[in-house]
Amino acid sequence: MQEQDISVSLQEHVQEAMASHIPLRVQGNGTKDFLGRPSQGERLDISEHQGIINYEPTELVITARTGTPLKDIEKILSDYQQMTPFEPPYFGANATLGGTIACNLSGPWRPYAGAARDFVLGTRLLNGKGDIMNFGGEVMKNVAGYDVSRLMAGAMGTLGVMLEVSIKVLPKPEQETTLIMHGPSGRAALDLMHSWARLPHPVSATAYHDEQLYVRLSGTPDSVRVARELIGGEEQDEDFTRQFWQSIKNHQHDFFSSTDPLWRLSVASDTRPMQLVGNWLYEWGGAQRWLSSTESAETIRKAAAEAGGHATLYRNGAQGDELFHPLAPGLMRIHQQLKKAFDPKGILNPGRMYKEL
Amino acid sequence: MNESQPDTREEQPTSVDREGLIAALRPLLPEDALLIDEEDLRPYECDGLSAYRRMPLLVALPDHIDQVRAILRQCYELNVPVVARGAGTGLSGGALPLEQGVLLSLAKFKDILEIDPHRRIARVQPGVRNLAISQAADQYGLYYAPDPSSQIACTIGGNVAENSGGVHCLKYGLTVHNIQKLRIVTIEGELLDIGGEGLDAAGYDLLALMTGSEGMLGVIVEVTVKLLPKPDRAQVLLAAFDDVVKAGAAVGNIISAGIIPAGLEMMDKLAIQAAEDFVHAGYPLDAEAILLCELDGTNEEVSEHIYQVREILRQSGATEVRTARDEAERMTFWKGRKAAFPAVGRLSPDYYCMDGTIPRKRLPEVLRAMADMSKEYDLPVANVFHAGDGNLHPLILYDANKEGELERTEEFGGRILELCVQVGGTITGEHGVGMEKINQMCVQFNPLELTQFHAIKEAFDPRGLLNPGKAVPTLHRCAEFGAMHVHHGELPFPELERF
Repeated sequence: MQEQDISVSLQEHVQEAMASHIPLRVQGNGTKDFLGRPSQGERLDISEHQGIINYEPTELVITARTGTPLKDIEKILSDYQQMTPFEPPYFGANATLGGTIACNLSGPWRPYAGAARDFVLGTRLLNGKGDIMNFGGEVMKNVAGYDVSRLMAGAMGTLGVMLEVSIKVLPKPEQETTLIMHGPSGRAALDLMHSWARLPHPVSATAYHDEQLYVRLSGTPDSVRVARELIGGEEQDEDFTRQFWQSIKNHQHDFFSSTDPLWRLSVASDTRPMQLVGNWLYEWGGAQRWLSSTESAETIRKAAAEAGGHATLYRNGAQGDELFHPLAPGLMRIHQQLKKAFDPKGILNPGRMYKEL
Repeated sequence: MNESQPDTREEQPTSVDREGLIAALRPLLPEDALLIDEEDLRPYECDGLSAYRRMPLLVALPDHIDQVRAILRQCYELNVPVVARGAGTGLSGGALPLEQGVLLSLAKFKDILEIDPHRRIARVQPGVRNLAISQAADQYGLYYAPDPSSQIACTIGGNVAENSGGVHCLKYGLTVHNIQKLRIVTIEGELLDIGGEGLDAAGYDLLALMTGSEGMLGVIVEVTVKLLPKPDRAQVLLAAFDDVVKAGAAVGNIISAGIIPAGLEMMDKLAIQAAEDFVHAGYPLDAEAILLCELDGTNEEVSEHIYQVREILRQSGATEVRTARDEAERMTFWKGRKAAFPAVGRLSPDYYCMDGTIPRKRLPEVLRAMADMSKEYDLPVANVFHAGDGNLHPLILYDANKEGELERTEEFGGRILELCVQVGGTITGEHGVGMEKINQMCVQFNPLELTQFHAIKEAFDPRGLLNPGKAVPTLHRCAEFGAMHVHHGELPFPELERF
């Protein structure tokens, strides 16, 4: 990693763009370019803005520049037996911290440990006016001012360019194992996932696909042993545990190789198996469901909304498709006003999330 | 604290036609749901920060969302400010009413609408008490994790508005980590759903933005919280130290060993003595500091961790380590900590509870600086500390009847908060800014950041009618505050125009 602070040149670039109304495409290493609507504009390159600024294992916090490769962050955490509990997907070897947080990407542990946004403690932010500001900090408890740093998680760079992010980290579990149950129906699998979640078991990931139910346990050796006996199923070795959950998280599992449109449905976890034609993979105790399907966007979105959630066209969409779930008019109005509050000239990633933003 | 007037002159709206407003609101509410007589208004003149008092123009007590919408729509049309209030237990004056504004009480919204044990959620009205949720979920082996010390009385709506914490935050997070959906009413009377039934929602994370927004962005009328399975077992250790620095280091050592305790509390000598005198928890009176470390989870996990933590505490120089033998002793250990505030209250006629957060490694220097200031102001200070997450609660002891002592206390408190910012922490860990810490916001944030906050408010509330004057200071106020508090010859905002 090349440690380098380029915030001043990034700031100048944004200030110039604002003065001449030039839209900017905020980008690290481009591993999430597939996600969201294509955005036009001059490239604002964050990838050189690298370096871990502070890492205090005993305070459970790491602060880094947003162009820092995620793998560098995870490496140093691992050296101290710590981890990012939201298990961020990479979607490419050179994923950066900034892109990960800007997309609020979380992996298998999410329903049990929290999402990327839950671990954001603070950020140094460059808004669309070229102002550099600090929000939040490096402490766990901080309620001074509005929670701007969490607002940035998932805003996909449309409200501001994060220059630094502080995240909470946690100790790695001492032991992990994966159990497989063969043959349950979708409905039975959902029931099992819910029954485990109601007990204080160290369940850290669940997935269901092709009549196989996978569950990962993470904790102290004794607590993993006891839960394993209670849950049953066929135990897998360490290599399987590592590779399988990586393949789900990074979309390398066979399920993701289809060229049909890939939808992500985020719904009430106990929603019964949905009547949409396609191939399914459930995660997050039933709350995140991947669907590879040629059904119409309208049909899929209607079903997701009826299940209390939303649907995102994640991959393999056609040119010009709306990718994110449409917002209710009242909410869209607030989104537009917020966009204006951070980026009055609309130069930061315009149209990347919604054409109105 | 005794009464003093908060300095809010620049935020006071111009006068409102009270009779006209009453006539406009009357038809929107049942007869007894609009309070206008002085004796009825009196209970609403302050919240948990009783030092600041102000009578509201009138109080509305709706019991239906449609009524809330109608009231807000009417206030918006008439340009009348509105302050929302739950149980009024907040400690920063966030629910302090406005003389020229409506106090909107959500106290009648006290129904638990749904508990879904399968999905582990509870959907409740904003006036439901924090503890009542856990009590209702108990039959399913579930509970709601955030447990502010006022949990018997405080409401979930207020918890969301303040992003309340408690003693279990390090492991279980704050309110923002434990809610899933909100229904809010905007100042224009529009009902919006924020979040959803899944784990995330489309668009910006407005759930995070609303949480801790202190009633400045919208009025919360329904909350869906997440419930957790109750741990099999909870066990607590008490360790005594002859030096607070050693106690602080022990906290770091526990975390370095890969253990996240459910609760990790520290008390200093004065707090220990006060608590012991009050509730006889059996605390060692000769200790300079004690640590309470609670571990929870499965039986096996707790057994493994208890053993490890005991060793770590000994190696960190604890003079004594006790493990609660049973549930009764566990409750006794906690009793002293939970009674620490009232216990300290018995040592002096008045006390002032502060709430700052610091990076834990800076604890020794912060405690030293506080001890120096305590001498300088001639006011004793006791410390209770959520050590796991760095949240300090210094309690300044004073006597409001002594001339000038309240003013000295407020200044001392302000300097403690400024110290927290200086070492990389924050002016409020869990009590909120409200009216109390509005000046210290000028220390924590620069004019660009404050301007950004105002722009966010404007996105929700363009006329500035929701809880105006709280939480985010005007730049004008900061300029005045800066002029009054010149430290080391440096103005906090040298670039700012002086009025």
